[in-house]
Amino acid sequence: MAVKNCKIAVLSGKGGTGKTLLSVNLASAAADSVYVDCDVEEPNGHLFFKPQWNIEKEISVKIPQVDPNKCDGCKKCVEFCKFNALAYINKNLKIFDDVCHSCGGCSLVCPQGALTERDKAVGTLSVGDSEGVRVLSGMMKTGIASGIPIIKELLTQCGSLEDDRPIFIDCPPGSACIVMESIKDADYCLLAAEPSIFGRHNLEMVWSLVRLFEKPHSVVINKCVDQSDPTDEFCKENRIKILEKIPFDVELGTLNSNGKIATRENTKYRDLFSSLLEKIYREVPHEATVNSER
Amino acid sequence: MKQLLILSGKGGTGKTTVASAFIRLSEAQAYADCDVDAPNLHLITKHSKAPSRKDYYGMPKAEIDPDICINCGKCMENCRFDAISVKERSHFVDPFGCEGCGVCEFVCPVNAVSLHTSVAGDLMLFKEGPVTFSTAQLKMGSGTTGMLVSEVKKQMKESAEDTYFAIVDGSPGIGCPVIASLSGADMVLIVAEPSLSGISDMERIIKTALIFRVIIAICVNKSDTNTKNTKRIKDFCQLEGIPYVGSIPFDPLAVKAVNKGMSITDIDCPSGRAVKEVFNETMHLIIREGKDVQNDKNLWAATH
Amino acid sequence: MKIAIPADEKNIDSTVCQSFGRTPFFLIYDTDTDNAEFLDNSAASSQGGAGIKAAQTVADSGVSALLTPRCGQNAADVIVGANIAIFKTGYPSLKENIAAFKEGDLKPLEEIHAGFHGHGG
Repeated sequence: MAVKNCKIAVLSGKGGTGKTLLSVNLASAAADSVYVDCDVEEPNGHLFFKPQWNIEKEISVKIPQVDPNKCDGCKKCVEFCKFNALAYINKNLKIFDDVCHSCGGCSLVCPQGALTERDKAVGTLSVGDSEGVRVLSGMMKTGIASGIPIIKELLTQCGSLEDDRPIFIDCPPGSACIVMESIKDADYCLLAAEPSIFGRHNLEMVWSLVRLFEKPHSVVINKCVDQSDPTDEFCKENRIKILEKIPFDVELGTLNSNGKIATRENTKYRDLFSSLLEKIYREVPHEATVNSER
Repeated sequence: MKQLLILSGKGGTGKTTVASAFIRLSEAQAYADCDVDAPNLHLITKHSKAPSRKDYYGMPKAEIDPDICINCGKCMENCRFDAISVKERSHFVDPFGCEGCGVCEFVCPVNAVSLHTSVAGDLMLFKEGPVTFSTAQLKMGSGTTGMLVSEVKKQMKESAEDTYFAIVDGSPGIGCPVIASLSGADMVLIVAEPSLSGISDMERIIKTALIFRVIIAICVNKSDTNTKNTKRIKDFCQLEGIPYVGSIPFDPLAVKAVNKGMSITDIDCPSGRAVKEVFNETMHLIIREGKDVQNDKNLWAATH
Repeated sequence: MKIAIPADEKNIDSTVCQSFGRTPFFLIYDTDTDNAEFLDNSAASSQGGAGIKAAQTVADSGVSALLTPRCGQNAADVIVGANIAIFKTGYPSLKENIAAFKEGDLKPLEEIHAGFHGHGG
């Protein structure tokens, strides 16, 4: 039984552990849900859903532009910019778009009011549908410094949805600021991990992150071969709940590598992910009462 | 110093497994792990002595002195990164959201804001006899940065000045850390995964790598998990004129080896044998395309 | 005329620094008077945009030419915008490059590499 409007973030310390596999299949198992792909550097979810795109929006950030008639070459803006995005040479202010972080500082410090702002496209946001799942996908243009503006817009779009559907957030890998942005508003975090020493090491980092943000969480170990493994040991030592251990499965791997959503292809997988979904729903209200302050 | 960089675009393709195999096979005396967000190479390369450590300072972070703050809200109004909020009757900067731009410091009418240096990561250098291994760990929540990657490589070069050949385990993704990994590389080996996502990411990373005029080669890992896609990649290479240096099959023995902290070339297994072939092809390519004939010949002799 | 060269140390007998943006110092050398001065490169510790900041330092120093092993796109835009010619260094030491430059033996730098978009160097 679905929990109203709950936001479930799926993350992992490293790419390739099964974040997309989990979030895509859980969203499909929930049937009536929202899937958000926050891995804006390398979005993959849309390859599985192949949605009918309804909306495509360009995401832009503000970049300064100079009025040469007002600029008197005082260089206060050049000195202020912490990102070194400005240079003044030959009575000309040069602005480096790709280096600029859009903080707005230079326009504020200019004593002549010579700097105003214009929009620069950094990526796109697309919204579409695939058999009951609303798919939101963001893609960052190559060479752009930060995907955060796109993630912010993706999550804002989610927030504005006027329905109770559960939301599955496919996070970027790692634990850098871009991941933090993705889990900020999550109600629950599902940590995908691999059963190896690498997997354990990577889980450790992302586990610290969810604890720092006081997010209720549990682990799914993917591609299990043996009964016990370093990641399983780590979870036991630290009393981290393992919701599911998905065995290494050639068929699942093949479906995945062919861009197929396992839940939609085979009842065996539909049952697997539906049962995992139920386990997650049972966790969410329980944790919400225990951890009501965020 | 000649640098071979190993990239994958997508994570989890086996970049580190391939990099560690190459390190074993070439007996490289200098190597670096540029995946500063989630470094894994040290788990296989094993070092007995503790590394020397150095703090890595990222962008400064703003701090508001609650005793001076008059709650006018100008800082919050002007912060483009949503890093300022009200907390306990004073304004407060979230250090994870703060990008160190200095706008809040500038607009504060009472000088309640100051910028402080902040440790964003931990640089580590292992040095054992002639072998140099440079790596780093980015602190949680820090901005993904090319600069820390550059520091890792700089540290390796400075510590191994006379070493001719170095292997760099690159950063995943396509962003600035990857661009920083590419700087100074003589050749890039892309480890691709035969899946739709893997191919999509491989294409994005080739686009990034082509901006730098380096030799690019591609190999496929876990090739037998999807022979159709492996063929797609091979065809793509032929079409684009990119050398294809080999396929490595999926191998359950590989995980077992890695879990014991060993490289796949330390045991006799299918993936180990295949990676040796990829290694030979790659080294052959470096010699063929390289401009430093004499030293390259020495390198070839040393690794065969 | 004055020329600039990225230098590893504040010493005329020192070597050329392989990085332009993050070189610790710039040698400012006057080929007419043989006077040598060293400038600190504040960009060395910048998080990003180091090439741009280093280029601004060079542009403000009054040199007519820059001798460097390599240079990024963003830095090159600033240097060229300031009407400064860029030459590729051909030797490890500062002195050898100065001598070669005086003889007209150094070639213009052709390979400008892509900028790091503010996060690297």
